[in-house]
Amino acid sequence: MKNFAYAAPRSETELLELLSAEPGHTEILAGGTDLVGLMKKMVVTPKRVVTLMEIPSLKQIQRFEDGSLAIGAAVTLDELLASSDLTDYQAVTDAVLGINSMQLQCQGTVGGELCRRPRCWFFREGHGLLSPLAEQGDNRYHAILGNSGPAKFVSSSRLAPGLIALGASLRVLGPTAGDVAIVPLDSFFQTPRHPSQRETILKPDQVVTHVILPPAAGSYSATYEVRHGSGPEMPLVAAAANLAIHGGVVQEARIVLGQVAPVPWPAPEAARLLRGNAVTVELAEQAGRAALAAARPLSQNAYKVSLAETAVKRSILRAAGLETGGF
Amino acid sequence: MAETKYSWPARGKASIIGKRSVRLDGAAKASGAAKYTYDVNLPKQLIVKSLDCPHAHCRIKSIDKSAAEKVPGVVHIHVFPHAEPGKEIEWKGELLIAVAAETEAAANEGVQALKVDYEKLDVFVQDDDLKAAEAAGRTGSGGTRVETVREPGDDDDEDQFVEQELQRLFNEAAVVVEGQYGIDAITHCCLEPHGSTVSFKDGKLLVYLSTQNVSGSDDGFANAMGIAAGDVEVQCQYIGGGFGSKFAPEYWGLAAAEISKQTGRPVKFMLDRDQELMLGGNRPSGYITVKLGADREGVVQVWDSHQWGTGGNRGGGVSNRVIPYVFAPKNYRAAATTIATNTAPARAWRAPNHPQACAITQVAYDDLAAKLGMDSRQVFKNNLANIGKPEMAGLYRDEIDVAAKLIQWDANWHPHGKGEARGSIVEGLGLAIHEWGGVANTSSCQLRIHPDGSVESFCGTQDLGTGTRTVCAMVLAETFGLNVEDVTVNIGSSKYPNSGASGGSTTVGAVSESHRRAAQDALVQIFDKVAAKLESSPEALEAVQGRIRDKNDPQKSVSWKEACVLLGMRPLEVTSDYQRGTRSPLSSEGVGGVQMAHVAVDRETGIVKMKKFVAVQDMGLIINRQTAESQIYGAAIMGIAYALFEQRLMDPASGAFINDELSDYQLARLGDTGEIVVELYEPDDQRDRGVIGLGEPPVISPGAAISNAVCNALGVRVPVLPMTPKRVLEAIQKASGRA
Repeated sequence: MKNFAYAAPRSETELLELLSAEPGHTEILAGGTDLVGLMKKMVVTPKRVVTLMEIPSLKQIQRFEDGSLAIGAAVTLDELLASSDLTDYQAVTDAVLGINSMQLQCQGTVGGELCRRPRCWFFREGHGLLSPLAEQGDNRYHAILGNSGPAKFVSSSRLAPGLIALGASLRVLGPTAGDVAIVPLDSFFQTPRHPSQRETILKPDQVVTHVILPPAAGSYSATYEVRHGSGPEMPLVAAAANLAIHGGVVQEARIVLGQVAPVPWPAPEAARLLRGNAVTVELAEQAGRAALAAARPLSQNAYKVSLAETAVKRSILRAAGLETGGF
Repeated sequence: MAETKYSWPARGKASIIGKRSVRLDGAAKASGAAKYTYDVNLPKQLIVKSLDCPHAHCRIKSIDKSAAEKVPGVVHIHVFPHAEPGKEIEWKGELLIAVAAETEAAANEGVQALKVDYEKLDVFVQDDDLKAAEAAGRTGSGGTRVETVREPGDDDDEDQFVEQELQRLFNEAAVVVEGQYGIDAITHCCLEPHGSTVSFKDGKLLVYLSTQNVSGSDDGFANAMGIAAGDVEVQCQYIGGGFGSKFAPEYWGLAAAEISKQTGRPVKFMLDRDQELMLGGNRPSGYITVKLGADREGVVQVWDSHQWGTGGNRGGGVSNRVIPYVFAPKNYRAAATTIATNTAPARAWRAPNHPQACAITQVAYDDLAAKLGMDSRQVFKNNLANIGKPEMAGLYRDEIDVAAKLIQWDANWHPHGKGEARGSIVEGLGLAIHEWGGVANTSSCQLRIHPDGSVESFCGTQDLGTGTRTVCAMVLAETFGLNVEDVTVNIGSSKYPNSGASGGSTTVGAVSESHRRAAQDALVQIFDKVAAKLESSPEALEAVQGRIRDKNDPQKSVSWKEACVLLGMRPLEVTSDYQRGTRSPLSSEGVGGVQMAHVAVDRETGIVKMKKFVAVQDMGLIINRQTAESQIYGAAIMGIAYALFEQRLMDPASGAFINDELSDYQLARLGDTGEIVVELYEPDDQRDRGVIGLGEPPVISPGAAISNAVCNALGVRVPVLPMTPKRVLEAIQKASGRA
């Protein structure tokens, strides 16, 4: 690891000052479960590291009058799990529980989880986000959707599919205290096409302060991850479903896949099939196939297509309270 | 003085041997008081970090150290001799230049400032692809072993005869099975990486070394430094894993010593995690095509196989001396091709060759059972008619029956692929059998029994975490009629009497031999003195429950302390040793072992979950039941890891070991192991054989047993280990395409 200056601001204003001083050479630290490893490998070598963990407003979970929920970026996954406010958002609970490590849950934060860098061993070996090695080499965990450009990595957030399915937004602050934007989470992620771009729209002098969840009344959600083992390793594929069901019939549906594309991948085709129908195993299977119809696997990851179909099917069945038929 | 008659106490007489004892150093380890090599920090030490080669195959063109030398805190830069300009580097990660600095950060910055020019050369890492290896000119012969019942005539061309004879036998066979199987290379993954902290002062070298070879490492340092072996002390009290990869000083250890000599400062040089995975040791891969012919009872009459794999840049791979494994059909041909890859050289991994040989051959016996529609257990039993060591057939039969009962084979078994499905989940059973040596290594023990009754032992062995210290104490305590807490065991220094390296499951036998011998030898002298006092004969005395007493008249006794007072003013010192290979009533060699697995497989996701794993293991006489069981639990977990999770992934394009961090290098977690049942098999005829090593045998069978269970569940063979979801799904898809 390279030496760096460490700053621990106590307020959002102080934070913004510290971020803008060294633009492009500053990294935001939350739990550090991702950043520290990247710094040790010198994949990122910031001159300054600014922690969010001393800013009180970022460590709170707040319920607003309209029933929506604001979760501070520095709230740990463990604190989130313990919050009674989470009961209506099963897709989020599922995803946090899936991070099967007490250490990661206690240390990792909501903001950090959403902003963790992509899963790609070529990136983590220092070859950058868009290395051609991903296409030529071992790409068993890489993208099967949205991979026609130079980006072959997969978005690695495990909360994002569930949060997007639930209609979450982010409060993005900066560069000045007056610059506050509410960004729908599905617009936050981007597929970089140029080495200067990152995998989110966040600029070097901006920070995610809160995740905002709309009221979940009347909908049922679930995240289903296919995990090889019981450890904290990343899932092979994931899918989240959020279904509004009345009288046994799906009124509204959102399906979002994870670990399959450079961004969390919404599947409106799957959602369309569900609307106006009762959830059955056959329908969920059809939805799975529809969600992956556009899949274009790389040389070594064709298996992820059927795996992702299964994840979509099982997320729908789980959200509807039905047996998934698997582990 | 009469020669001591060495023996173990009879089962009913033993008060400590064969019972359970927690590790004497367990609390120290759990509390962090135990200092591993990684924990050793010497005053004013320098920290070394090193530049590793970024290319899988290259030539060093030039090195520029000037910028690195200017980094504040950098004290010394050492270019490894194999990395001098002009030298060829054959794997990514090979250490090139070591930077010693005041702090870790300064050392890292120094490494970053080094400038090396490379000429990139051709890269080949696809060890599973024989055709590609041939095309790349990377293959070599691994030899062919042939055995036929019929002999060629004098005029016959031998190769032609064998070809025709095998063909004839295949034609005669009631059933022929053909298959292709494999097992990927894995790494040793020692949690404590290789390395040392050294101090060179006044011509003497002190080395804290993470090693399996305390007594045998001083010479290597002495030779390299040009000093006498007696001027080197190697220390290792605790080690965080070795598994066969930590026998040598290593070039980075020798560099640490050299830097210490050059700078006059102690030096700490431990590998980083990715360096540990890349360099610290790996187990060769093995892939094979098999054709076998069997009779209607499933007894294999003819075997023909061709295997390939890699042990690194020099070729190597799995030896065909153990192909097929345990089973030895009367007619066979086992050919081997080695593949040289741009990967670091393999090192011995727990039971070298055996886990791979078992995993790529006993699956064929299970495929035979499937083809015949027979119970795999019966096919394995029937083939005990043809094994390399026929005298062990009865043992295997017994152990198969014991294991079958524990896993409820009869209730749970079904023909391959014919089990009931719950949703997409199917279950299955599988088994495998293994063999190992476990001979006692050479070992010497010095005992010091003080007039106050205290007992100290000194032995240059090492405790790999398996409980060697505790075994030493149990043997001494049993012999003297004391408790384990009453003796002080000293190990882990090359200044203590020589004891063999811990490899080949030789340590428990070694230390049991030397400590029992020393204790019995000492007891003879003590009995002489006590007999005079008690007016008994020395032969009539026994040491039990803290006293020395007359067996014929137990009232005639003295306490241990009273007995030791009779030694006079000075301690009694006894040194006794055992030479490897000497026939002895205390130890023996040669074990079997049977393992069975019960798995559940999700056909839609390809995920395999362990439900239950049963290990039945013989090991002669058991010293410590608790640590013996622990060895087997650990082996089962390690086996489940390489059966389902572990693989070294080499990127074919760049030649990089792409999962060289533990976040990507997947291991089994406790949640992945299911229920593990360990059964120590120790009937009287086994116990009478004396101590036999146990470290390696139980890690051999898991691959084949679990693969066979998955095949029993799915009705489809997942041919290559580890059985990842990708591979399970691909196997199912291939089979359904065929159907």
